[in-house]
Amino acid sequence: MSMTVTQQIITIAVVVFGTMLTRFLPFLFFPAGKETPEYIRYLGKVLPAAVFGLLVVYCLKNVNIFEGSHGIPEAVSIAVVVLLHLWKRQMLLSIAGGTICYMLLVQFLF
Amino acid sequence: MKKKQICKEAFKAAFPHTVPIFAGFWFLGLTYGIYMNVSGFSFWYPMLMSLTIFAGSMEFITVNLLLGAFNPLQALALTLMINARHLFYGISMLENYKNTGRKKFYLIFGMCDESFSINYTAKIPEHVDKSWFMFFVTLLNHLYWVFGATLGGICGSFIRFDTEGLEFVMTAMFVVIFMEQWMKEKDKTSALMGLFLSALSLVLLGPEHFIIPAMAAILFFLTMGRKSLQKGGDGA
Repeated sequence: MSMTVTQQIITIAVVVFGTMLTRFLPFLFFPAGKETPEYIRYLGKVLPAAVFGLLVVYCLKNVNIFEGSHGIPEAVSIAVVVLLHLWKRQMLLSIAGGTICYMLLVQFLF
Repeated sequence: MKKKQICKEAFKAAFPHTVPIFAGFWFLGLTYGIYMNVSGFSFWYPMLMSLTIFAGSMEFITVNLLLGAFNPLQALALTLMINARHLFYGISMLENYKNTGRKKFYLIFGMCDESFSINYTAKIPEHVDKSWFMFFVTLLNHLYWVFGATLGGICGSFIRFDTEGLEFVMTAMFVVIFMEQWMKEKDKTSALMGLFLSALSLVLLGPEHFIIPAMAAILFFLTMGRKSLQKGGDGA
């Protein structure tokens, strides 16, 4: 029951269209030439902080606290990222430090 | 300044911001390409899909869609659900992407999680052209992804790697970006809401279904708290 090439192309095109819709919609609704409603401008200001929180949770969505490594490597490595960043506030250093810590943990300890 | 000079300056400023993405994307792209390869697709698929869809998690899911029965409506519904978070990015970038001229179309087209995060938070130096900076961030990220996906599609089963855990680079980056935003804002309500409501939704509904309810909850509480948040919330 595998698809024909045409069906594959349609499927991919639909996914492209859906993705573009989610990216373009706000810009189509609130074009640059017109005054953006105040409520939307308010959202534009307060949303990002919440969105970055959502993204952090999104990255961790498949971590299971009750099975496997219980999310310990993730918790430890995030702590490393936070501490490094509070200490030096060098973006690349914090990211590299946390990632290396995570790789060492999952490859050798868990 | 001449146009060439403007581009050069913007590229020089943009590139360092994309280094973590380089590490993350060639690896994740490679994984994706290999996944397509072992699922029986030629490298043209990951190459063209990474070029046109450019939304990581959705591309992995599309592999499953392609292997299943033909159902474009279901594909559309799934895409809208998984990528709904882009709506929030768009609302946040309405101002920043203003006056970017012809680059605007591409900036919106390429607005993945990572490009959005960098373009929203990066402190762009005064002498650097903002729209070219954002353009190069988006373009570089896009290229890393296509490069990784194509390579994975070509080399597929030959590659053996001991890079287990490298995917954490993305998590680490979002943690750092979250912290940067946290330090910048006086009022922490929105940041805390984002973390707490998303985590709550994840615990209650599981990894497959948590995003839209989390977004709805965030929107609801931000709307309810508008009066008090607007007063103190001009930090950004």
